[in-house]
Amino acid sequence: MEVLGHFNYWIAIVLMMIGFYALIARGNLIKKIVGLNIFQASVFLLYISFGKVTGGSAPIIADGVEIYSNPLPHVLILTAIVVGVATTSLGLALVVRIREAYGTIEENEIADMDRET
Amino acid sequence: MIAQFPALQVVLPLIAAPLCIVLRRGALPWFITLVVSWAALAMAGTLLDQVADGSQISYALGGWMAPLGIEYRVDTLNAFMLVIVAGTSSIVLPFAYRSVIREIPEDRHYLFYGGYLLMLTGLLGMAITGDAFNVFVFIEISSLSSYAMIAMGRDRRALSAAFTYLVMGTVGATFFLIGVGLIYAVTGTLNMADLAQRLPPLYESRAVLAAFAFISAGLLLKLALFPLHLWLPNAYTYAPSVVTAFLAATATKVAIYLLLRFGYTVFGADFVFDIVPASEVLLALAIAGTVIASTVAIFQADVKRLLAYSSVAQIGYIILGVSYANVTGLTASLVHIFNHAVTKGALFLVMGCMAYAVGACRVESFAGLGKRMPMTMAAFVIGGLSLIGVPLTAGFVSKWYLVLGAIERGWWPVAILVLATSLLAVAYVWRVVEVAYFRDPPADAPEVSDPPLSLIVPTWVLTGACVYFGIETSLPVGFAEQAAQLLMGGGS
Repeated sequence: MEVLGHFNYWIAIVLMMIGFYALIARGNLIKKIVGLNIFQASVFLLYISFGKVTGGSAPIIADGVEIYSNPLPHVLILTAIVVGVATTSLGLALVVRIREAYGTIEENEIADMDRET
Repeated sequence: MIAQFPALQVVLPLIAAPLCIVLRRGALPWFITLVVSWAALAMAGTLLDQVADGSQISYALGGWMAPLGIEYRVDTLNAFMLVIVAGTSSIVLPFAYRSVIREIPEDRHYLFYGGYLLMLTGLLGMAITGDAFNVFVFIEISSLSSYAMIAMGRDRRALSAAFTYLVMGTVGATFFLIGVGLIYAVTGTLNMADLAQRLPPLYESRAVLAAFAFISAGLLLKLALFPLHLWLPNAYTYAPSVVTAFLAATATKVAIYLLLRFGYTVFGADFVFDIVPASEVLLALAIAGTVIASTVAIFQADVKRLLAYSSVAQIGYIILGVSYANVTGLTASLVHIFNHAVTKGALFLVMGCMAYAVGACRVESFAGLGKRMPMTMAAFVIGGLSLIGVPLTAGFVSKWYLVLGAIERGWWPVAILVLATSLLAVAYVWRVVEVAYFRDPPADAPEVSDPPLSLIVPTWVLTGACVYFGIETSLPVGFAEQAAQLLMGGGS
């Protein structure tokens, strides 16, 4: 039961490691961005899990509801999602320009070309 | 009006950034940026003057009172940081006008200044805010704009450098975000002053330990402590000269400020140094950083890159002072934050003069410049002396306090090491000076001379500051001591 009770956290950690692995191990710049996104998404999940209050309802005032989940982590993570979108778009824009300048988006090929000049 | 300064400090550059994008014609964006930066400096100076007696200013954004609303809290430490950031920016900007015309295509000037203002907003915001999550937002504002600014470099390697920085910087900021989430989960607050009161009973909690680990790892990545510095050398080498000078003087320093703020104010010195072995870890990394990065710097062919590695080494010195865990060490760190901002700012502006007049920063392109660009090279020599820590320069003051702190702590070998690593700095500075003064230029070298006054004057303002603050030390040392006592006193 202990394991199931922390289901969200397990998933968050698994996603975090998948994202982090892709970020480090993949040489393709687009795949790195994908890894970065998974990594960030896991943190969003972590935050939203913090906000859950056992037995709490959605944080909208209604008759007959006593316990509400904490809405603050949701609001924080909205900001973080916006930041994540900005990071992704900037990263992809850089990949486009790298492709124009180098003709490749493979990390090791770019490193080889840098070493020659 | 003065009561609104903490908010205006951040809001003014934030509003001016889109204004630059709209009013894109000619020199107008540059002029707006200059005026805003000087206004920010004036406000930072006023704030520092107000808190100089050790008081604090608390500003509730939008009238929402802390701890629920976002609070801006100004004390000696962050007012000092605000002055460093706004001051460097105000000196670099007059330099920027001609340097940017030379280095950036004309149709992108307005974007350059828009990005520059966002960078300034982010750095000032990081320094002034008293809310842990707000820090994350400002980290990302300054980081995202600096990735874009670095990518504006002329060399295509600027693009891959910016990409590497983007990946590593985002990982760092996300680690910070995880850490903030964890302390929010156990305390239920994001206000730093409130956190400081609620954390001590929870020191044994595993969540707090994990939070500290995530926050410090994220910030160490941002401040480029060895071995997390890999993004820095390329980013500094290929970015436009103005961006390098501004970032080198401020970006890593504000990250160090955050490390101190979280270490001392939020978590508390008892936690950081007694429960977590922060002192030992930081000491080991700082020593490795100063020795290895200084050695690597000696073998660089590009002087801008050489100075970038030297920056990694200097960050090692700053962290070394933190690891002493005493007031003298902390004073040394804060003084060195200031002195290194002045010194590295001056040296990277010299690189900007080189890029303008010669078009290259390779060691061999310095040949014979001692005679042909006397003003530029003299600035390099003085900046270099300050980097080494020769008496009567700003660098000496920081080294002096670093040695004093080590002796006070009883770490004699560390004190000797600080002096020994200065010799490595002599080696890499001398390499450039030797080529500039004692080697004749190649016969086919094009005719060069000192760049125009609008480049020379800002360079010499910072170079002059290296000497001025080496002789008249009371100003930075006074504020640094006060801030160090504030941190040490507030933590225990």
